[in-house]
Amino acid sequence: MRKLLVANRGEIAVRIIRAARELGISTVAVYSEADQEALHVRMADERVLIGPPAASRSYLNMDAIVTAAVDLGADAVHPGYGFLSERAEFAQKVTDARVTFVGPSARTIRLMGDKARARSAAEEAGVPTVPGSAGPVNGLPEALAAAEQAGYPVAIKAAAGGGGRGIRVVADGAELTEALPVAQAEAQAAFGSGLVYIERFVEHARHIEVQVFGDGENFVHLGERECSMQRRRQKVLEEAGAPGLPENVRNAMTDAAVALAKVAAYTGAGTVEFLYDPATEEFYFIEMNTRIQVEHPVTEMVTGRDLVREQLTVASGAPLSFAQSDVEFRGHAIEVRLNAENPEFAFMPSPGVLSAMRMPGGPFVRIDSGFGPGSEVSPFYDSLLAKIVVWSDTRASAIARMARTLDEVEVEGVVTTAGFMRTVIDIEEFREGRYHTTFLEGWMAGRNKSGGNA
Amino acid sequence: MSEHVVQSPLPGVFYTRPAPDKEPFVEVGSVVSADTTVGLVEVMKQFAEVKAGASGTVTRIHAENESIIGPGDGILTIEKG
Repeated sequence: MRKLLVANRGEIAVRIIRAARELGISTVAVYSEADQEALHVRMADERVLIGPPAASRSYLNMDAIVTAAVDLGADAVHPGYGFLSERAEFAQKVTDARVTFVGPSARTIRLMGDKARARSAAEEAGVPTVPGSAGPVNGLPEALAAAEQAGYPVAIKAAAGGGGRGIRVVADGAELTEALPVAQAEAQAAFGSGLVYIERFVEHARHIEVQVFGDGENFVHLGERECSMQRRRQKVLEEAGAPGLPENVRNAMTDAAVALAKVAAYTGAGTVEFLYDPATEEFYFIEMNTRIQVEHPVTEMVTGRDLVREQLTVASGAPLSFAQSDVEFRGHAIEVRLNAENPEFAFMPSPGVLSAMRMPGGPFVRIDSGFGPGSEVSPFYDSLLAKIVVWSDTRASAIARMARTLDEVEVEGVVTTAGFMRTVIDIEEFREGRYHTTFLEGWMAGRNKSGGNA
Repeated sequence: MSEHVVQSPLPGVFYTRPAPDKEPFVEVGSVVSADTTVGLVEVMKQFAEVKAGASGTVTRIHAENESIIGPGDGILTIEKG
């Protein structure tokens, strides 16, 4: 690999350019008209304008990006996360142009992107899946049978839904009988398809994911990440490792993730997401993400391994640079996503020009950002301003370090979530590691009710 | 007769319809009330609804579908009544 085109923007494009530069690989940035002055464009060795500001006409324009790669003689394309990173068609187009796609094959991306097929692959690998109907249910008797088998409470989920939309929870057969036709009608109205399926509902579930890596022959894990601190299904804070996760569960979960990578003959970085029920200590496969994740730095901090560099060397054809027995875990890492949003106004996005931006520093603090003082935070893309990542030898001292770094944040020109995240860090349940995926919203609702506005 | 120009509250991309395969929220001649949704502004991957803000009849639509708009830009004109 001599020249890498980075098919992304913002902090992840900067992250990839840094890894490439350390390997002596030259870089090509692509950018939209809104990103002419962006940091990733300034940092890359070469740059190509690929379209107008709207992502659909620039960062999602497959042909413009592949053409740019070919025209500039890039021999590899890194898709980052989001945008085209999990579009099998894009991976195929890149490969067809005789350019290396940094990631798994189009076939693997397609497999993991198909809910039913991914579930089958998990079952084949012996990975537990959420009990329920394997596909859509036809009529009430089938729904009742599936619910009986899964165990109540169950969720009725719209097959065409997603991201937490189109879900109804019922406690028993009588409730299911009443709710099924309503759920089907709602699914039809909201998603254009009345198909629903039945799944066990896990109350107070945690979202824990395992970082895996493969080179097509060898498969390893780099431990788990706790990602349950969420608002509207978006992660706001991540930890490595997961607090209070029993050792035997951690081992079973990481083994399961590696087994799935093996079944898929996986190449590159991947993440296997699990839903974990702390009450029963059971875990279930949710999905596999076939890209580098936003929260990969917490894994890098506790393992001392550069995941993006590894992506590039594996994509070049080198075997994994380490074996499972080489992976050691040290201390605890926490990431906070600092967003340009206004917590006082329902987290409305806050675009603008960063008239001031001073990020925290000091020992074991890492900032990944696509912005600097004077940068414009454009209204066209996501609101992630910076990732603040800290490491320390214990979870308690990592929390103290994160609190300290959030106090150091100084941003002018846009409103940020720094103050809000500082209050989250102080919540007792967070400090004790007792939180789940709907915890934060419940806490916020309780706080609003009591009139508090800390 | 007085006119009311609906302005974009935010910078972003303006949409005249709820989804690409759906009908526009309003067209010239549509009768609206103050809380009628007349369009969407996408800002940082979130969608904000734009309300008419006055009741009356839509007489002109200024902002095209998927056009880039800034805060305060005129979206459409309503003849109050």
